[in-house]
Amino acid sequence: MSNSNENDVVNEQEQLTEPKKKGLAAMSNDSIGKTFIVAFLLCLVCSVLVSVAATVLKPRQQLNRLVDLQKNILSVAGLTDESQTIEQRFEGVEARLVDLNTGEYTTELDVDKYNQRKASKDPELSIDLNTGQDIASIGRRANVGKIYLVKNNDIVTKVIIPIKGYGLWSTMYGFVALKTDGRTIEDVTFYEHNETPGLGGEIQNRSWQESWQGKLIYDDQGKPAFTVTKGIAAEGAKYEVDGLAGATITSDGVTNLVRFWVGENGFGPFLKKLAKDAEANNG
Amino acid sequence: MANPSTKSVLFDPIFANNPIGLQILGICSALAVTSKLSVSLVMCLAVISVVACSNFSISLIRNHIPSSIRIIVQMVIIASLVIVVDQFLKAYAFEISKTLSVFVGLIITNCIVMGRAEAFAMKNGPGLSFLDGIGNGLGYSFILIVVGTVRELLGSGTLLGYTILKPVTEGGWYQTNGLMLLPPSAFFVIGLTIWAIRSWKKDQVEEPDYELQNAHNAEAH
Repeated sequence: MSNSNENDVVNEQEQLTEPKKKGLAAMSNDSIGKTFIVAFLLCLVCSVLVSVAATVLKPRQQLNRLVDLQKNILSVAGLTDESQTIEQRFEGVEARLVDLNTGEYTTELDVDKYNQRKASKDPELSIDLNTGQDIASIGRRANVGKIYLVKNNDIVTKVIIPIKGYGLWSTMYGFVALKTDGRTIEDVTFYEHNETPGLGGEIQNRSWQESWQGKLIYDDQGKPAFTVTKGIAAEGAKYEVDGLAGATITSDGVTNLVRFWVGENGFGPFLKKLAKDAEANNG
Repeated sequence: MANPSTKSVLFDPIFANNPIGLQILGICSALAVTSKLSVSLVMCLAVISVVACSNFSISLIRNHIPSSIRIIVQMVIIASLVIVVDQFLKAYAFEISKTLSVFVGLIITNCIVMGRAEAFAMKNGPGLSFLDGIGNGLGYSFILIVVGTVRELLGSGTLLGYTILKPVTEGGWYQTNGLMLLPPSAFFVIGLTIWAIRSWKKDQVEEPDYELQNAHNAEAH
């Protein structure tokens, strides 16, 4: 009781002193002018706070993303020896640029600086895909693709190609590692997406990704045949992996993006050449 | 209630007035982020810092907030703080920020943050509001840590990534409980925790809304 009385006294005092305040403090809280001023000042302060945080932390975040990208490339390459640093392990991986129209290696651009994601937004370095071609819903495709060759004593053992495509909510980014026959999947990883955690987000589930190993991306006629099926893939299926439960659209998105990137508008020409070279070497 | 003491503001929300246990607020994120203890801990830190700072800033300007845009003002402050926390996590805890993904952003809609801003920070001074934020954050963390510990231990046989119960899949004896890795299990664990708290602190037990009709009267109808 005594507490509330004291409070009342304080409130009265505040009210008494209020008229002496000047400027903003003197305005009634509910006047339109003050409402606008408070809203404006608040937005100003908050936006400054957010932009400062974003700008100051950006370099660190970019470094994190780069390291994460390298880790993903190493993981899909099967170079998971934890005793070595990322740089050491990355020595066995060589980045190369491929002209997607011809399927040939190209050295016109600097491979270390080239960013396929940025290039696919640049009208000079990319092409607009029409609806028939654009099964992965990516809009534009860079003319040059950045691939990674995994080498063991200077002999190429695996080829890693970047893949991306639209799922339910977001563009999913990943890598597929293929054997040098250009047809058999060694491994897959997805490193960036905004699919529903627990449903579509399961594309990051390691055991699901492992089920890709050994599947073929082309049928015997050389057409892209890889599919994420609905439900469980049949025993011994050559082209199918299990679907993700509760994530049909994400699953379809993954099917489409793999078919796009190994298809004729993606790395198809390059992979065909790779397969021919491998055959020639073996024969 | 008019002049809450520092100690009660800071420690009451942990057991006596737990935001999850008694007020049943903030359940959604407690389901989503508790399958691993380390992730829960980071989420706790994020929520504590957001509640404390939002309480502080809202309390600081509480006498100048026009009542017509009161909720929007609170939301803007909370949302800005959440974005800042998210940026920090992306810079300093990248792996965990990937696991937490959308749930950090969803702190904005965490009822505890809004609830404390509206119920406490609008009426009390900045210092006390800051402590109230920390207290409620700790109350939230207490439940999250309990749930996270139970789920990770029974679901994967590990704690903070260290193997405690060796699972069968790795040649041990413990058959991992897959249900514990799924969100519904958090409901069970939270329910059991609330039961435990209320058996200990009987004053939290609610009056029943209705009484069961006894069988004799029912037959008469």
